[in-house]
Parts: sequence; structure tokens; C-alpha cells
Amino acid sequence: MMRRWTTFVPFAVFAVLVAFFGWRLVLITRGDAPNLIPSVMIDKPAPGFDLPPLVLDRPGAASDALSGKVTLINFFSSWCIPCRAEHPLLVDMMNRDGVKGRLRLVGIDYKDKPEDGRGWLARLGDPYDALGMDRDGRVGIDFGVYGVPESYLIDRQGRIRYKQVGPFTPEDIQEKLLPLLAELSK
Amino acid sequence: MKVAGLIFAVVLAVMSGPVAWAVQPDEVLKDPALEARARALGRDLRCLVCQNQSIDDSDADLARDLRLLLRQRLLAGDSDDQARQYLVDRYGDYVLLRPPFKATTLVLWLGPGGLLLGGIWAAVVFYRRRAASAAPQTALSEAEQVRVKRLLSNDREG
Amino acid sequence: MIPEIGHFALIVALFVSVVQAVVPLVGAIRGDRAWMDMARPAALAQFALIATAFGALMSCYVSSDFSVLNVVQNSHTDKPLIYKMSGVWANHEGSMLLWVLILSVYGMAVSVFGGNLPPGLRARALSVQAMIGFGFLLFILLTSNPFTRVDPAPVNGDGLNPLLQDPGLAFHPPFLYLGYVGFSMAFSFAIAALLEGRVDAAWARWVRPWTLVAWCALTLGIAMGSWWAYYTLGWGGWWYWDPVENASLMPWLAGTALLHSSIVVEKRDTLKAWTILLAIVTFSLSLLGTFLVRSGVLTSVHSFAADPARGVFVLALLVVVTGGSLMLFAIRGPALKGGGLFTPLSREGSLLLNNVLMSTASGTVLLGTLYPLFADALDLGKVSVGAPFFNAVFIPLMVPMVVTMAVAPLLSWKRGDLMGALGRLKFAAVAVIAVMVGTWFLGGGSSGPVWAALGLGLAAWLAVGTLFDWAERVRLFRVPFAQSLDKILRLPRSAYGMTVAHLGVAVVIAGITGSSAWTIEKIQVMRPGDTVTVAGYDLTLVGTEDNIPGPNYTTLRAHFSVVRDGRPVTDLYPEKRMFRQPPRPTTDAAIHTNLLGDLYAVIGDADGTGGFVTRLYFNPLVPWIFLGAVVMVIGGLVSLTDRRYRVGAPLRNARAPAKGRA
Repeated sequence: MMRRWTTFVPFAVFAVLVAFFGWRLVLITRGDAPNLIPSVMIDKPAPGFDLPPLVLDRPGAASDALSGKVTLINFFSSWCIPCRAEHPLLVDMMNRDGVKGRLRLVGIDYKDKPEDGRGWLARLGDPYDALGMDRDGRVGIDFGVYGVPESYLIDRQGRIRYKQVGPFTPEDIQEKLLPLLAELSK
Repeated sequence: MKVAGLIFAVVLAVMSGPVAWAVQPDEVLKDPALEARARALGRDLRCLVCQNQSIDDSDADLARDLRLLLRQRLLAGDSDDQARQYLVDRYGDYVLLRPPFKATTLVLWLGPGGLLLGGIWAAVVFYRRRAASAAPQTALSEAEQVRVKRLLSNDREG
Repeated sequence: MIPEIGHFALIVALFVSVVQAVVPLVGAIRGDRAWMDMARPAALAQFALIATAFGALMSCYVSSDFSVLNVVQNSHTDKPLIYKMSGVWANHEGSMLLWVLILSVYGMAVSVFGGNLPPGLRARALSVQAMIGFGFLLFILLTSNPFTRVDPAPVNGDGLNPLLQDPGLAFHPPFLYLGYVGFSMAFSFAIAALLEGRVDAAWARWVRPWTLVAWCALTLGIAMGSWWAYYTLGWGGWWYWDPVENASLMPWLAGTALLHSSIVVEKRDTLKAWTILLAIVTFSLSLLGTFLVRSGVLTSVHSFAADPARGVFVLALLVVVTGGSLMLFAIRGPALKGGGLFTPLSREGSLLLNNVLMSTASGTVLLGTLYPLFADALDLGKVSVGAPFFNAVFIPLMVPMVVTMAVAPLLSWKRGDLMGALGRLKFAAVAVIAVMVGTWFLGGGSSGPVWAALGLGLAAWLAVGTLFDWAERVRLFRVPFAQSLDKILRLPRSAYGMTVAHLGVAVVIAGITGSSAWTIEKIQVMRPGDTVTVAGYDLTLVGTEDNIPGPNYTTLRAHFSVVRDGRPVTDLYPEKRMFRQPPRPTTDAAIHTNLLGDLYAVIGDADGTGGFVTRLYFNPLVPWIFLGAVVMVIGGLVSLTDRRYRVGAPLRNARAPAKGRA
């Protein structure tokens, strides 16, 4: 009879909803962070940019200097606390065999005062091959940056292949970045 | 008191439409029509580092950068769609507070209509069931009609 | 010592809730009067115990007992006393304690005032209440204990979000919880009815006062939250379709439908299954809201700190309570046969339509709130669902409902005469057209949005239609005035309740229309001595004072003198406060209202050369949004005082025609 099953509809809808929530909670406890926005620029060419140098006798950051080597573009800032946590990992990483010579590290000081950025690097070390200043954040927007630190791995043809939202952890470097670097350097 | 005084920067009067609570005077465009477009677009763009606020309503730095960018694009001659697409290209659909109508948002946009139809269907079923249980069969005899009446009035009290 | 007393009281309350849940229910099944009567003292004991626990926590806050972790996390000695007290419920653990306190208050109220309830129904309902209480007490004791101690006790606490230190805020959550938890009573009665196997007019008559109280409280709570956001956040907005706001709107929509649907059960003995389902759904939406806010599944500016473990527990509660009740409904629902027949174009038909529209609206809000989650989980990409979506789908659902609201009271029960009713509303239609045309011209002709005229037209339609219905009931102008006067005095309070509440809705609609359509905004940099004119008011920045100390903040205060047509009106003092613990700036707008609109001034940042960014607005009809909500609540309260609810419901035993009277 038709009337028999109609009263089960609310229960069925509820069951679906609850199953979904339960699954979602499982994901959260496993560490899936629901707030990260994935990049829509993966596999697209890196946007063009030409930024003035941060440190006076060093090259600035420009997109026409991106080809030939795999490049990691790292957006940082002196007022950003997670950047401070991330920085030693970058310094360390650039000293490793397997990275040195294969990876070009480009730093972009995002919405910062030049003196502050320079002072920060002087204190913490400078692993960058090139350093640019993005005073108004426009280059950041072109990349889809919405916070610092963020990093983009560019392949030898100038395409964005990976985006790191937030600071690198040692696991991120070991498990995501280095394998991808190896593959793109072949 | 005489109305007088020097007013620095642009004074904007928005006669119709909602307001933007975080827009600064130095962002406001001189052309009111362009500014109105920027406001309308800004209302539909999400401040990415806030929860649910539009870039017009947020004090965040990124919101301000996006407001300025939007106005730059409009000054450069972009249409509304082009300006919006510029941001979607970089940040994805997430930046739109009004979700686009595409395959992945079909359930969202058609959902309310679907729910309404579902509710109406339930009501129709309800009416039909009532009618079916109360509809008199053809050709009831007098005695049967009396009996039906009595049964019905008993049922009502149940 | 006091925290331990509180903790112990909660543990004892847990055991009492087990007794209250099991004994009366068994008693009702077996017909054992003594066992059924255990419900009342048990409910009273519950209340006493939980009140003790709540009092204990309150005392810890007031005395700034920093050996209690909860107090450390949410309080500070510099906080004014009233905010120390309201800090009790402005955090997760404390708010859950407030939840169960209110649950026990309702249980106690049924014990004390429910003397006219048949013992079986009362026993079952209190039993279900106790089951809910058990679930929440377990949740508190296992995952959200407010009495955890910290050793060594820090010298001072971590303060409280400065945005929350506000008198409006002190009262808004308690009202919300009175609403959410109040609907648990309708829920308990509904389950009791399903267990008993019958729903009749008497049941509806008993359930109504509880539902009304909950509805009034929730309406007030939502309105207060909205008003608080309006004057405190400096944004001038009053509704953001934020997930937590949505979590309060959904039960409100379902609760309104419940209120109206129960009228049909009471008067016409039909729509029973719908009403029971609505009672279950309304409370379930309250629970769902609790889950969404506290589990971390959705993040929101309002959210308490997210904790998936808590989320799992609340989800389990949800499964048991809602899943169990919906299963019970699925099985027992079809047995609830109704008696009264009606055609679609009748009063019942309109109320059924109301059910459908309100439920759809509630479902739509749920869909929009949850959709980003679905899309993300199913890998459909990250999508944002904001105000533009909600406005686009919610308004088209509400407009037909408001249109119907004016017509429905004029339709008779069972079989209404729609054309006749519409014919009688000719006058209303004329008034509507006049309002729309007038609005169009006053709003500046084609420079104002068209929909503003429609919005006010809608409000006028509802208002005039409602008044017209009242006039018909008292036969105004159709019989000698003395007779009308007699009818006016004798009209049942529930009829007045309806009239007043529906008028309140019209006022709210007008307010929403006005605020969205005609707000005037002026943003500029001003120096002392500058004057800006907004809507005919001349605001002159007289000066600013910086670094004025407050109890736990320093503030920049600006002084605007407001003049209109040469005559002084008032002085406005907007502030920009910087709190210390934690360091956070807030904007305090200064508002001057003439009840037709608000003059709203905000002081912004200094520009470094002696000028300040100022934002000056005139918000027409915004006060009507909040006043209208208050009018709605007054209508609800008027209904509540109808003597039919106080004198007692008709005896159930009389199966004969007695039901039709009263």
C-alpha cells in the first residue's frame, strides 16, 4: 500500500544525512582540514611577474627566469609567524644533495616593508636564489594567494604543479615535495 | 548652523542598494556608475580569509586588496563577467558567494524547487488518500448510506 | 569545594534522569499509577540538582575562581560583573549546562503546572524529557565538564572575546535555548502520543502552550541576536546567513509550522501525522543546530572551539533521538487517522500549504548551509554558498506564504470560499496599490528599486488583510457599534494573538524592505569641524578623544553633533575600542533612532594627518525589523493567556460530542 512507505521517507532522509556527517567526522579526526582551498591553477602556466629586488645586489624575481630548472616560489613575510617556523626547513632543504642544483628557490616578500623583510632574512638566513618584493600583494593575487606562507612548485616548462598552503612540515617536504621534484627533474 | 565645511576625498551617496561596511574612502571610484558596479560585484565575492563575509563587508587586508583589484579591472574596461572570471581563474568558484549554476551545483539550485514539489506531492497524496477513503461508492442503498454516515461519524471521534 | 558540589550534583542528576526515564514509562505501560507519579518528584529533583550545578558554576565565575579550567579559559578579573556572569554560558561547556538547566526547568514546569494532564501522557512525556536529559548530562560529564580543575591555578584568566561583552548578548543565548529546549516539550508530547497510539484535539490543546512559549522565546532570541549584530559589529547588517544563524532559523521555521498545524489538530482533528512529524523535526533541527555548531563540521564566526570527539557524541545523540523518533513515526504514524475532511481551498488547506512552504524553507536553508560540505566531501570542488543564494531562494518561498496569510483567516474551515474571500479583500488590494504607487514616488521614481515598492505592497497586503479579518470578526460597521464593542471584548485571546502576530510580520517585512532598498551611506575622511549631510541630518565632527580607559579596554571616541533644519537633534559618540585580553579592536556604532529610521555613525581609522575615516548611514525602517519581531512575540504571549489553555482541556473520556465545544 502506498501509504505504508511514505512515513518512512523522513527516516530515510535522516539516515542519509547522518551517514554523511559520520563520514565527515571520521575524515576530520583523520586530519583532513576542511578549510584549505585547493588551487585552481594546477597545471596552468605560472602568471607573469617582474618584481623589484628585495636585497640590493641580488636579482629580483621575474617569471621569464623560471624555465630550465624546477622552481619553488615561496611567499613569505616578516610579520608572519608560521613563516618563521617554516623558514629553517627551507634553509635545510636547500642544503641537501638532490635538491642543491636541481631546485631554484625564489622568495617573494608579500605585503611587507623592505627593511623588515631584509632584517628578517639577515636574522634567519637566506636560502633564496632570487628575492622579489610584492608590496601591494598583486602578484600574490595572480597566484591565488590568500595567506602566507604559500609555495608553488613550477616545472621546467613554467607550469604550476603543486601548491603548499600554509607552512611546510617535514612530512610535506619528504612525502610531497621531494618526490615531485625528482619526477619533474627527469 | 550653516552647512559648510571641507570634505576631503570622495563623498559617495548610494541611494539604492545595500551598503558596503568596510569600503574605505580611498578605494571609492570617482565614477558613481563604476563604483556601483564594483559594489554590486563586491557583494557577491567572498572574503577568502573570513567566514561567509563578502569583500565589501570585511576589514581583512586581502579583502581590501581584492576590492582594489576589482576596481582596477573595471577601470581597465572589463565587463562584470570578465572581472568576476578574473578572480575565479585564480581562486576558483570558492570566491563566489553566489554559487555558479553548473553541473556540480545542480542539486543546490534545483533543490529548493525539488523540496517544494516534494511537499506539494505529499499534500496531494494526503488529499487523494482522504478522498479515496471518503468517496462514496456508486449506487449505495438507503440503508447503506445511513450505515456509512454512522461509520464516518464514529471514525471522526477515533 | 563548590566546583565539586556542582560536579557531584550533575552526577546525581544523571542517575535521577535514569529513574525518571524508566519508572514512569513502565508505569504508563502497565497502568501503575504510583509508578507514573514518580515522574513529578523526579522532575523536581532534577531541576534542583541541575540548578545547584549551574549555581555552582556561576559562583565560580563571579568569584573568579581560576582553579576551574572553564573560568580560566573564559573569564578575567577585569571583566565587569555582568559579563562574568554571562560568561558562564558564552562557552561550550557552560552553554551545555544552561541547556540541561532549561530542560529541567521545562520538566519542572510540567510537574508543577501540568496538573490537568492525564497521568499517562504526563508520565510518558516526562520520561522522554528525562531520556533527553540523560543524553545531554552524559555528554557533559564525559566530554564537556565545566568543573575540571587546573593545577596550579593561574593568576588570571584568558579573558573573553570582547565582542561578546555586551548587554544585548547577555540575554540572547538564554532566550535561544529557552526556544530550542522548549521545543523538546512538544517533541516529548509527540513521542508520548505515538507511544500511546493516539493524537486528538485534547493533545493539541495541551501541547500548544509549551510550543507557544518556546516559539516566543526563540523569536525573541533570534531578534536579539540580530539586533545585537546590527549595533555592535559596526557593519550595520542584521542577518548574514551565517551557519549558526541558519541553525536558529531552521527550528524557528519548523516551529512556526508546528504551531499552526496543531491548531488544525485541535479544531478539526486532522493533519495529525503532519503535526507529530513537525514536532519531531523542530526539536531535531534544534539538536542538529547544536551538532553543527560544536562538532567542527562547519566553521563559523560564532562557533565554539571545534572538537570532533564532541561531534561524534552529539551525532550519536542525534541518531538515537531523531532516528529513534522518526522510526517510531514511520511505524506508528499511519495509525494516526484523522477525521475532519476538507477541501484544499479551506482554512485547513491553507494551513497545510503553510506547513509545506515553511518546511520547504527550512529544508532550503539546511541545503544551503550543508551544501559546501557535501560538495567538498563528494569532490565536487569547493563552493561558497552565501547571502546571494539564500536571498534568491528564500524570498520566492516566503512571498506566496505572506500573500496566503492575509487570505487564509478569511476562509472558513472545511470548505472555504476563496473567490468570496478575495472579493472581500478588494479594499486591501486597493490599499496595496496605493502603497506601491506612493512608495514608488517617495522612493524617487525610477531611481529606487522596483522590488522595494513590491515589498511594501506585500507588507500592506498582510497588514490590511489582517485588520480586515479582525473587523469581520467583530462585525465592524455591519452591526451597531455597541454590538461590535461587545464582540471586541469577547473575542478569544488566541484570535487577538493571531491578529497581533500577523501584524508584527507585516511590520518586519516593511522593515526588511526599507533597510535593503533605501539605505543612504556616506564614507569619507573628516577633520574636526567638517560637516556631512545624511538624509537631511547635518553631522558635524566636533572632535575626537583617544585612549580613554574603559574597564578592560581603551577607546577612541568621536563626538558628532547632529542638527536638522538648523535645530540640534542629538549628539552621537561612536567608539573604536581596543581590548586588552585578548587584544582585539571592535567598533561601536552610535545610533540615533526616530523609529522610522536609524542615523548610524561609525568612526574608523585615523589617516595620519588629523583626519578620520567616518562612515555615516541613514537606515530607513530598520527599527521596524526588531520592533516587528517584538510585536510578533506579544501576539504569541497574548495567545498564551487565552483562558482555554488555563482552565484545562476537555476531558478525554467524553468521547461524545463534547469535543466540539470549548
